[in-house]
Amino acid sequence: MAFVAPKETFPGKVFEVKIGTDKTAVFGGENVATFHSFEGNVPNRPLIAYEIQDVPPDDWPDTVRRVYDGVSADPVTWAKHCQNELHAKALALRLIGTHPDRANRSPEEAAKIVKDVLAAITVPLIILGSNQAEKDAAVLIAVAEAAKDKNCIIGKAQEANYKTIVAAAMANNLKLIAMSELDINLSKQLNILITQMGFDKERLITDPMCSALGYGIEYTYSVMERIRLAALTQNDTTMQPPLLGDVGMYVWKLKETQASESDLPHWGSLQERGIAWETTTAGALLIAGAELLVMRHPAAIQSIEKFIDELM
Amino acid sequence: MLIIGEKLSIIAKRVREAMAKKDKGPIQEIATVQWKAGAGVIDANIGPAEDGGEALMQWMVTAIQEVVPLPICLDTTNFKAIEAGLKVHNNEWGRPFINSTSNDPERFPILELGAKYNANVIGLTVGKGGLPADAEERAAIAAEIMARAMEYGVPLEDLYLDPLVLQVATSQDHALHVIKAVKMFQELNDPPMKTVVGLSNISNGCPKALRPILNKYYLALLIYEGLTAAIADPHEVTETAKTIDIFMGRILYAHSYLEM
Repeated sequence: MAFVAPKETFPGKVFEVKIGTDKTAVFGGENVATFHSFEGNVPNRPLIAYEIQDVPPDDWPDTVRRVYDGVSADPVTWAKHCQNELHAKALALRLIGTHPDRANRSPEEAAKIVKDVLAAITVPLIILGSNQAEKDAAVLIAVAEAAKDKNCIIGKAQEANYKTIVAAAMANNLKLIAMSELDINLSKQLNILITQMGFDKERLITDPMCSALGYGIEYTYSVMERIRLAALTQNDTTMQPPLLGDVGMYVWKLKETQASESDLPHWGSLQERGIAWETTTAGALLIAGAELLVMRHPAAIQSIEKFIDELM
Repeated sequence: MLIIGEKLSIIAKRVREAMAKKDKGPIQEIATVQWKAGAGVIDANIGPAEDGGEALMQWMVTAIQEVVPLPICLDTTNFKAIEAGLKVHNNEWGRPFINSTSNDPERFPILELGAKYNANVIGLTVGKGGLPADAEERAAIAAEIMARAMEYGVPLEDLYLDPLVLQVATSQDHALHVIKAVKMFQELNDPPMKTVVGLSNISNGCPKALRPILNKYYLALLIYEGLTAAIADPHEVTETAKTIDIFMGRILYAHSYLEM
């Protein structure tokens, strides 16, 4: 008798999320472990968004900053470059300039930038605050209005500020990222609290908090994996939103992506090292279950797209 | 853990009066409250119902399913009333349960109904010769019922074995016998046999204030041993069932787990 490979099937599935209005992108929807299309249905590729900022990327290391020289002084130019030249399928605009320790831009200024970027692009947009809970609450309200009905994702809603951000996402018909700090139970709890406000769970994206290779990635990996197992094996609807890996910002602040070859010659090429670090981190999180990635370096993104091609 | 809501029983005065007057209001209200409190099936206990049982069961099933999207557990000793209920049961909300068959030959025709209408059947592990003495006797009777079910064409996965909970106030040693029986029943087949109890019988005859305490702690022990379903008051036991599911790793913990 011919060998028949056993198939593992599950009662649950990940919600499918569609973003954008002109050009749209869809991710999630699978009812099996990541890339196990031989066991069930994997209708969509993971989506990678190119990260851009509202202020020039002065704090990014050379390897990744230089790639955007000449376009990154202005978020609209930067956005168009990623869409038109790099063929980004989605963009993630991080409003880091609103952080009180950075340019401390006002919610109104942030909203104007969002409007301008939205007017210049056709691909879907993810709008991220500066992760300063108090400021994000104010910024994301203004930004959500500017993005009304554009089917964007805004975030990140955290335990400390979710109420206002959820209300803003609901009022303006947007998708929402819910972030907790590397704790599966708190991640579930935040999703419950958000849906108890009347927010549709099928419009949520869960960010269990990213960490980079060598700096606790095993924690993110493990939390993501357990969230997926709860979604699939226990049919836990609170854990069925797609998962976000906010990779770039964690990778490009590490010593490994910045230390010069003259200081650490045995670490090899700085250029390759940085790209490899972002690629490896992103690849690991895809395997753990992430459906949406935010990344910075085009070469790393291309490697991950190829990685996905081979696994789909 | 599946909770079969027990509150629509002829034993309750309000239900009995509503049945007599064919007043849907209280029936539908009690059904809805049980559904909202976490019941997955609604028990409709119309008693022996020797006169007009068929019409009464049909009226009950229809009245409940008009307002609650759940299957019904048809609970009577009247064979014809059960068949009448099965005929009008809306299987869109799930497959009905029949309560119950046993190892008494007079109760075998119930299995015929189960097979004919594709219903789940509760098999009470008693025979004609009185109450079982211990877990081993319950398991022996269970094996007989399983053989009978196969003979009548009821798949074993549709059979729920009921070890017969007795009153702790009068039969204290049976509390442990029943827990042990729940464990033994599962070992009678692979995949394990499903099990069900009439939970509140444990506290029958006890002071009112004690009853929820006895019911809830007893249920916790039974779930730990693998109980599939309980005929119980969902308002009283949902909290226990959800909490034990957390301890057993069947649900991921979150502070709001009781609200889900």
